[in-house]
Amino acid sequence: MSGLRAFRLTVWAAIVVLGMFVIVSTQLSGGSPTGETSTGTAKVGGPFSLVSHTGERVDNQSLVGRPYLVFFGFTYCPDICPTTLFELTDLMTELGPVADGFEVLFITVDPERDTQEALASYMTSFDSRILALRGTAAETDAALKAFSAYAKKVPLEAGEYTMDHTAGVFLMKSDGSFGGMMDMHEPRETRLEKLRRIARDQVTGS
Amino acid sequence: MSSGFKLTVKPICMLAAMLLSTSAFAHQFSQGDIKIGHPWSRVTPSAAPVAGAYLTVTNSGSQPDRLTGGSTPIADRIEVHQMTMDDGIARMRPLPDGIEIAAGASVELAPGGIHLMLIKPNQQLIEGSSFKATLEFARAGTVEIEFVVQRNPTVETGSGNEHGGHTP
Repeated sequence: MSGLRAFRLTVWAAIVVLGMFVIVSTQLSGGSPTGETSTGTAKVGGPFSLVSHTGERVDNQSLVGRPYLVFFGFTYCPDICPTTLFELTDLMTELGPVADGFEVLFITVDPERDTQEALASYMTSFDSRILALRGTAAETDAALKAFSAYAKKVPLEAGEYTMDHTAGVFLMKSDGSFGGMMDMHEPRETRLEKLRRIARDQVTGS
Repeated sequence: MSSGFKLTVKPICMLAAMLLSTSAFAHQFSQGDIKIGHPWSRVTPSAAPVAGAYLTVTNSGSQPDRLTGGSTPIADRIEVHQMTMDDGIARMRPLPDGIEIAAGASVELAPGGIHLMLIKPNQQLIEGSSFKATLEFARAGTVEIEFVVQRNPTVETGSGNEHGGHTP
């Protein structure tokens, strides 16, 4: 009898501990406004508000519930930016409808030259699901800060300039928290798997 | 008589075919000691203000030479630029003095490193098209070449041209 009682007590204790753990972990993952990760990496995920090349405002609130990819670039970038966009287009073509499960955002770090009109023309060459976003200088700074990303204007000769910028692709989960980086030098299959995983995030919520 | 003629025609045709196909694939140009291997340019998005272009330069002479830039009818000018990636941050800088090709050396201009940049192309670069350009060298002078437009780099097995330890 006392053995059974001890067993019941243990089971109840376990249930209580488990329940508390679930409540605490749910609050941590869902309630954290900054979406901090527990990996010790820089804080990624925060408030931003920009306008797409199709003229709609996109912000971190409007993206809640949808996983998304973010990368920074500019159209006066001859090498890594168009390459990333073409490669993302290829990956999305291969994934087909699976790529409908996430948003892809290309944020310009050069809103001065990358007007909405210029971006609209530029984006006709890529997967139509990719959105180019631009903001005012302050909105662009806020977006960079939200992803702990870096961009700096570097003057060149004859009044021209270029931009130094963070080049990786951020993978963001549907709750707005950071899901890791995607490097375009990784094997193609690795990149496809990362995209499949981020696309599934809206279903499993993990 | 006629059979002898036929016998010689066939090898000539084969030789011609080989030469044609070699030029199509190897796609190289030379001027004096300078040889330009497979000049290609990446397809550009619509209305792109710049375009990247790549090639291999081989200097078989006994003196160093320097590729300083060039011109093309389809853009304002061609500059030599360098892309570096450090701690996840991409930086691009013009190399106004160009790039040196040491005597007997070969230098590869490839994505993610030193490349040519077409400033303000006046047309979109479409896959499979080509365009003429003139490269400028400090010693060899000008070299006339033709870029082919590709979406991705040509995948080569076992590169003999690699020089100077690039990191992928």
